[in-house]
Amino acid sequence: MEKKDYKKIVDKHKAKETRVQNGIVAFLTGGLVGVIAEFLIQVYSYFLDISTQDASVFMIVTLIFIAALFTALGFFDKWVNFAKCGLIIPITGFAHSMMSSGMEYKKEGLIYGIGSNIFKLAGSVILYGVVSAWFFGTIRFLLFGGV
Amino acid sequence: MTYLNSFLFAGFVCLIGQIILDNTKLTAGHITSMFVVIGALLDTFSIYDEIIKYVGGGALVPITSFGHSLIHGALSKANDFGVIGLIMGMFDLTAAGITSAIIFTFVFTLTFNPKD
Repeated sequence: MEKKDYKKIVDKHKAKETRVQNGIVAFLTGGLVGVIAEFLIQVYSYFLDISTQDASVFMIVTLIFIAALFTALGFFDKWVNFAKCGLIIPITGFAHSMMSSGMEYKKEGLIYGIGSNIFKLAGSVILYGVVSAWFFGTIRFLLFGGV
Repeated sequence: MTYLNSFLFAGFVCLIGQIILDNTKLTAGHITSMFVVIGALLDTFSIYDEIIKYVGGGALVPITSFGHSLIHGALSKANDFGVIGLIMGMFDLTAAGITSAIIFTFVFTLTFNPKD
C-alpha cells in the first residue's frame, strides 16, 4: 500500500515536470518561428520592394518549403517530437503533416498512396477552416456588412 | 518591437496548444482544427485584424491565421457578388499556401525516400 502511494506521488511529479518543460519548449520554439516570420517579412519587403501583405505570402511559402524539405530529409520529425506544439501550431505543422503522410504512404502507389493520403491530417484543417469561415463569414456579411 | 510582439504572441498561441495537448485527450489534429475555427471566429468581430496590426509576422504564422485568411478572401468577394461571393473568394488569400504545400510535398515525396 505504501509503495503504491509512493509510486503515485512520483508519477504525479514526473508528469507535471515534463508538462512544464513541454510548455516552455513550445513557447520558445513557437516564438522563435514567429520572430523568423517577422524577419522574413522585413527582408522580403525591403529587398524585393513589395508591400507587407505580399511579403507575408512570400514568407508563408518559404516556411512551407523549409518544413517540407526538412521533413523529406528526415530530421524535422525529431524537431517536432522535441518542440511538439511549438512547430505543430505554426504553418510548418501543416506542411509537416502533409509531407509525413505522403512519405508514409508512398509505397502504396501514386493514386491510392500519395494521392488519397496526402491530406489525411491536413484535410481536417481545410475542412473545418472552410466550413467555419463560410459560417462566420455569412454572419459577418449579413450583420456587419462585409469587410 | 514587432519582433518582441511576434515572439510573445506566436509563443503564447503555441503554449496554449501545448497545454491543451498535455492536459486533455485531444490530439494535435483536434487542436489545429480548433485553432483554425478560433481564428475565423475572432475575425467575425475584426479582432484578429487588430492583433495582426500590432504583432505583424508572429500573428501570421500560427494556424489561426489560416482561418483569418479564409474568411477575409470570402468577405472581399462577398462585397462584389453577395452571398455567392463567400464561396467564390474562399481560397483567394490562402491559395499560395495550399498550392505551394501541395507542389512541394508532391515533388519531395517523389524525389526523397523515407528514412526508417
